[in-house]
Amino acid sequence: MNAKSSPLAIVPALVLALLLIPIGVATLSLLGTALDWKGGWWSHSLEPLQSASGSFEAVLNTPGFWTSAGLSYWIGILTALISLTIVMLFIATFLSSGWFVWIWGIMKPVLAVPHAVAAFGLLFLIAPSGFLIRLVSPELSGFERPPDWLVVNDPAGLSLALGLILKEIPFLFFVTMAALPQTDFRRTRIAASMGYGRIWSWFLSVFPGVYLQIRLPVFAVIAFASSTIDVALILGPVAPPTLSVRILHWMNDPDLSMRTTAAAGAIIQVAITLLAVLTWWAGEYLVLNLGRMAALRGWRFKRDKFLRFLSSLLMATSVLVVSVGLVLLALWSFAGVWRFPDALPRVWTLRSWSAEASNLWATGVRATIIALGAATLSLALVLASLENEYRSNRRATRLAWWTIYVPLLVPQIAFVGGLSVLFIRFSIDGTLWAVILVHMIFTYPYIYLTLSDPWNTFDTRYLSVARSLGKSMNRAFWTIRLPILLRPVLAAFALGFAVSIAQYLPTLLIGAGRQPTLTTEAIALASGGNRRVIGTYALVQTLLPLIVFALANLVPKLLWANRAGLQVRSVE
Amino acid sequence: MHLSAIRSFVVNIVHLARYFLISAALVFFVSPAIAAEHNPDPADWDSVLAEAKGQEVFWHAWGGAQNINAYIAWVGRQVQSRYGVKLTQVKVSDTANVVARVLAEQQAGRNEGGAVDLVWINGQNFSAMKHQGLLLPYAWSTSLPNYALTDFENKPVLTSDFTEPVQGLESPWGTAQLTFYYDSANLASPPKNLEDLESWIRENPGRFTYAAPPNFIGTTFLKQVLYGLIEDRELLFSTPDRQTFEAATAPLWAWLDKIHPDLWRSGKVFAADTTHLKTLLSDNEIDIAMTFNPGEASSAINEGLLPQTTRSFVMDYGSIGNAHFVAIPFNANARAGAMVVANFLLSPEAQARKSDEEIWGDPTVLAMSKLNAEQRRYFSELTSGAATLDAAELGATLSEPDAFWSTALDAEWLRRYGGQ
Repeated sequence: MNAKSSPLAIVPALVLALLLIPIGVATLSLLGTALDWKGGWWSHSLEPLQSASGSFEAVLNTPGFWTSAGLSYWIGILTALISLTIVMLFIATFLSSGWFVWIWGIMKPVLAVPHAVAAFGLLFLIAPSGFLIRLVSPELSGFERPPDWLVVNDPAGLSLALGLILKEIPFLFFVTMAALPQTDFRRTRIAASMGYGRIWSWFLSVFPGVYLQIRLPVFAVIAFASSTIDVALILGPVAPPTLSVRILHWMNDPDLSMRTTAAAGAIIQVAITLLAVLTWWAGEYLVLNLGRMAALRGWRFKRDKFLRFLSSLLMATSVLVVSVGLVLLALWSFAGVWRFPDALPRVWTLRSWSAEASNLWATGVRATIIALGAATLSLALVLASLENEYRSNRRATRLAWWTIYVPLLVPQIAFVGGLSVLFIRFSIDGTLWAVILVHMIFTYPYIYLTLSDPWNTFDTRYLSVARSLGKSMNRAFWTIRLPILLRPVLAAFALGFAVSIAQYLPTLLIGAGRQPTLTTEAIALASGGNRRVIGTYALVQTLLPLIVFALANLVPKLLWANRAGLQVRSVE
Repeated sequence: MHLSAIRSFVVNIVHLARYFLISAALVFFVSPAIAAEHNPDPADWDSVLAEAKGQEVFWHAWGGAQNINAYIAWVGRQVQSRYGVKLTQVKVSDTANVVARVLAEQQAGRNEGGAVDLVWINGQNFSAMKHQGLLLPYAWSTSLPNYALTDFENKPVLTSDFTEPVQGLESPWGTAQLTFYYDSANLASPPKNLEDLESWIRENPGRFTYAAPPNFIGTTFLKQVLYGLIEDRELLFSTPDRQTFEAATAPLWAWLDKIHPDLWRSGKVFAADTTHLKTLLSDNEIDIAMTFNPGEASSAINEGLLPQTTRSFVMDYGSIGNAHFVAIPFNANARAGAMVVANFLLSPEAQARKSDEEIWGDPTVLAMSKLNAEQRRYFSELTSGAATLDAAELGATLSEPDAFWSTALDAEWLRRYGGQ
């Protein structure tokens, strides 16, 4: 079949338009603002602002700038390092055990928890006035008042990193799971039979192959952690905060000339994220050489029992912390008077729920419509992209991969502002479609990322058989490939749905206040610091994606109940 | 570059153009019709009312407090039934987002049909919007029928917002005064001047904090302390040179240096904003919190957020006061509707309800002397909680210093304490 005549040939252009045009224009706008290019329609600077030159110097001369920048750099690397280590150690330990699928089943729902919700849960748990201290107060600890401990918002950003790690663990787990089928992990058995420890055999024989596939997701973790705003506002240091929070402050400064500073800050933020990724890159060589050296010397690392124990302990703790956090949020949503040191609310009430019921319903329905729209359209586009790759017999190039990752690698705060000018310019802001379109910039990469591996490992001989029986390409796609791959397709859809539900900045700026969603409403209300309201919204925000994840799990089971070959098996 | 690569690039560009045309066409059909330019004149109130009927007003207002949101919802029901104006609150987490929105529209050349019809605003954002030409550019608020009832003769904060002349470009909504509050069960007599506050902080390490500037309550605290320590208060209404500024603020920094080691978290972390301070007090992490709303403590007691024993106090040398307003952006879509809402907000009924601590507890901008007996009854029915100070107890109002001071104090604070 001639790919040129196929309607699918337009797909790469569409994807390029979706991902690169907005970001390209936004970057131009950012540079224009920071470098004070005058007169361009993209320019943020107007007459009174134009005196604000030297915006980069303004950023660099900000008191505590280097601390802020250092924090962003260090949080990015620390988060990726710890979450990747935990996930890898855990998978190395449990891959061949029957527990694995079961544990993966517990991990999956954590993916549905928005970052900010997990952060609030952690805050309510470990803060000096939080649940843990309340449990032991005043009887055991003797605390009548919360101790004056620097547990959250610590200057080194450790609590911030912890909050991020809780959410990055399931994400990296997810992408690793997608990568595993492409790797022959029976190699670990051979290595083990040669006397290598369980973890070490995995690192020597399987890890290199797996890592190559999850490398970009790891970069995405570094980028996200080094530029996160919502989690940093909840758990991060205050004086000075991370660079991303500073950019937010500059953008929100009543003095409008500070916007040029913000733009310069955003460009520096991109540079710092890049620097963190480059550092990681250098680290890869270090690990590679150390591993090689150890392998050449024939070290076996047989005694890894403690490490295996530690990995399961850390993994279990991470799931437990998120779950307890959710329970605490639920408690707060029903709490009346709940003062320190009471471990449980003294008075229970439905007030938070009844006061917000109609609002929750309205914004929840809209958020669902937007998320369904964004996830469905992105999924269709991803399927078309993948099918196009198959039919034209061209796999995505390295460059294409990077393109797809651009929206995940460039900090949101750096380009969403410019994006909104673009949308206003074309008068497409404020509509439901505009919000769906801008969400697709973020749902497309996640869906592509999760689906491309299962898609490409599909045994295409099934399709060849169908073709040889005279069925069309399209028929083969609809009746063979899609049904067989229904499970990963729906899982990718659910992830896209969760990603869309959690979008704040794009929804706010492109929605123009006409399209309030659960998340924009939650953030506006959370600015009042009322934990009861935070609890209420956080629960619904978690519940929606959770339902979709559950459905994605259930539908193939029900649909293919009579097809043994399409049931879940353990990864082996 | 390969010829084929160039070709495919060109093909892609063509596809993109098509993609944009399609989306533009889509939008053309789905976007609402934009009203023609019109500048309603509130002096001719009947025509404003006629024009407002059937309009939908998008009011962008901070949405962090359920009681305020509920009050705004009540306003919406009233203007709907009385004037046929549909009011929608767009809840925002920071007014700066709204300024950014209007600015983006100005840059994109959207001079009509803007997304924001009315915005709840404070001094710094007002000044920025005014100078950037983001506000409806004529004096409308002073011609609102209910404006005559406001106490503009005696309350300078209604005509000068952070020393920025209001000039009818925004309509007053409520007043504010820096007020401290505490749990009287924990603290018998609160420190009411800087000397006492300093020694109290030293005797009770870890029990006091303020919000980190540039958060406005943090900046206000700096100005409040500066008022108490500065030798020449007249200086606060000018823009001094660097040397004068340093000399004038030296006692402030010295005072802060003394208290910082004994603050909450040893002064390494500060509160984020007023609501964070309230939460910290509610959790018993600190003993004294501060707010701009003198009715906040009582209101929080009513909401069950603070204990019944909460009380308020102010510094004995007076406290900084200002007002908050609503403004209409230059490109607002429903201008007449926005004016109707602004006018209703100034009605004795709406103002009294706002002062009600069961509802919100925000002080009125009206002059009681200008109200007739019936209008005054709305207010006389109100009772204030034990945690609210009456006018005499609130004491003298200190005017907001020149806007220069906020910026300069923020920068200097960040230089000294923001980058430890």
